[in-house]
Amino acid sequence: MVPALLLFAFVVLVPSVRGVYYAFTDWDGLDPEFAFVGLRNFADLTNDPDALQAVWHTLLIAVAITVIQNGIGLLLALGVNTVIKTRNVLRVLLFAPAVVTPIVTAYLWRNLLGPDGAVNSLLGAVGLTSWQQDWLGDPDLALWMIVLVVVWQFAGYSMVIFLAGLQSVPREIYEAAAIDGSGPVRRFWSIIRPLLAPAITINLMLSIIGGIKLFDQVYALTGGGPGHATDTISTLIYKDAFTLGEFGYSIALAVVLTVIVAVVSAGQYTVLNRNERAAS
Amino acid sequence: MNRYTPRTLALEIFMIAVGVVFAFPVYVLVNLAVRAPSDASSPIRPTTAPTLNNFTEAWREAGLGGALMNSVLVTVASVLIILAVSSLAAYPLARSTARWSRGTFLLIMLGLILPFQLASLPLYQTVRDLGLLGSVWSLILFYAGLQVPFTTFLYVAFLRALPRDFEDAASIDGCSPLAAFRYVVFPMLKPITVTALVLNAVSVWNDFFTPLLYLSGSDQQTMPVALAGFVGQFVSDWNLIFAALLISIVPVLAVYLALQRSIINGFAGGLKG
Repeated sequence: MVPALLLFAFVVLVPSVRGVYYAFTDWDGLDPEFAFVGLRNFADLTNDPDALQAVWHTLLIAVAITVIQNGIGLLLALGVNTVIKTRNVLRVLLFAPAVVTPIVTAYLWRNLLGPDGAVNSLLGAVGLTSWQQDWLGDPDLALWMIVLVVVWQFAGYSMVIFLAGLQSVPREIYEAAAIDGSGPVRRFWSIIRPLLAPAITINLMLSIIGGIKLFDQVYALTGGGPGHATDTISTLIYKDAFTLGEFGYSIALAVVLTVIVAVVSAGQYTVLNRNERAAS
Repeated sequence: MNRYTPRTLALEIFMIAVGVVFAFPVYVLVNLAVRAPSDASSPIRPTTAPTLNNFTEAWREAGLGGALMNSVLVTVASVLIILAVSSLAAYPLARSTARWSRGTFLLIMLGLILPFQLASLPLYQTVRDLGLLGSVWSLILFYAGLQVPFTTFLYVAFLRALPRDFEDAASIDGCSPLAAFRYVVFPMLKPITVTALVLNAVSVWNDFFTPLLYLSGSDQQTMPVALAGFVGQFVSDWNLIFAALLISIVPVLAVYLALQRSIINGFAGGLKG
């Protein structure tokens, strides 16, 4: 147990505590001399439109990914959990993007969504030339393109977890309900959904926390641009620390991120745990 | 519901269409990776004169051979350390009812909530002061510590559901606790070890942020950082870039297809644990 604790303390615990301390200083990351500045970094944050916008983007991305990825993942799972002949091939195919490096899929999509990319070619081929545009260059669209790329990559991951949950639904129960004459929607809501509760909990947790911490895809797709239109807390932390040398300020942002993650996880845990118990 | 009806056929056709939509980006990836840069036709049209030149050039220019070796080294070493220390730590945490055991467990679980961004900047300083910047060993150390909470959590949850009878029998037979763990407990942990192995290997292999900080500008790179550097250098030479991306995907997909059942079950395994 000692090696695990030492590693954990050295890599996570001690640096995190030091991080919280640095958030109250004006350290630039290099200078051994730095001053304690109290809450100034946090006060600056509330006056920094870029930071406020990044917090908003982070929450928006996290919620959008959670809803869309799990919605699609669930539909895919229901579609694959049938007697169709291609179910095994589809399961392997749809999950495949989830094992690929996110930065790789993001670079791939950066080209697909570019002005001369495959998405525009496809639109042109079906006669929708008026829809063609620079998908990542439009500040209003770019954020949604990031969501699209993440959903494309991880919908199969949600699907696999839902599938594991669906397979725990005893077939007899499902058939009994069908014989009793309840329709598919009713059967889903009253029988499958409660039994899927553990899978729903895990999926929501994974996608919302992953969405809040999102960095790679934003970095590779837009770099936070155009302007600051897609900056998230994570990309701003990186930029402030390594291109602007504002370590104290950057770590104050990391503290904000930590608080958001903690509040969201605690809230989600409580709500979902209650639902799960109510369902069982 | 077990019969293949016309509605099943309709569903089958629809699901195949969905599969095609999902696979479309991969088609474009391959299509452009085998295309000569001089060919300016539409990216969705099949390449008429495929070439492998992009692959050889990307391999050479991006230093992918070295990056691949580093990624393999970092992933194998980190995952071995993570599995060894986490399973060993989980055993007393799951079995002991002492107060320190519970306290330690909660402390480690705190690590599940702390985002790595918080620790990564101060740790960057420490690593720099130790002169480990630009070395893959800093990464191995980092992942070993970073993944301890999650992996320990998986093991503890699994161990708590496991009967103690075998260990008790082993200790009555005169087995030391460590030997009992090595020969009796660890073999029973195989399912959760597979899950932990798969999840850790994928997240270490794919991680970009940490090597971006610790290895930037050095000659020791992992795949994701080497690719990012390559993209930065050959900004609009997409045929070359796609060849490099494809080279990086092939080993991952090969392992995935060979071990698909274990890998998919590994990802879904947190659910049953």
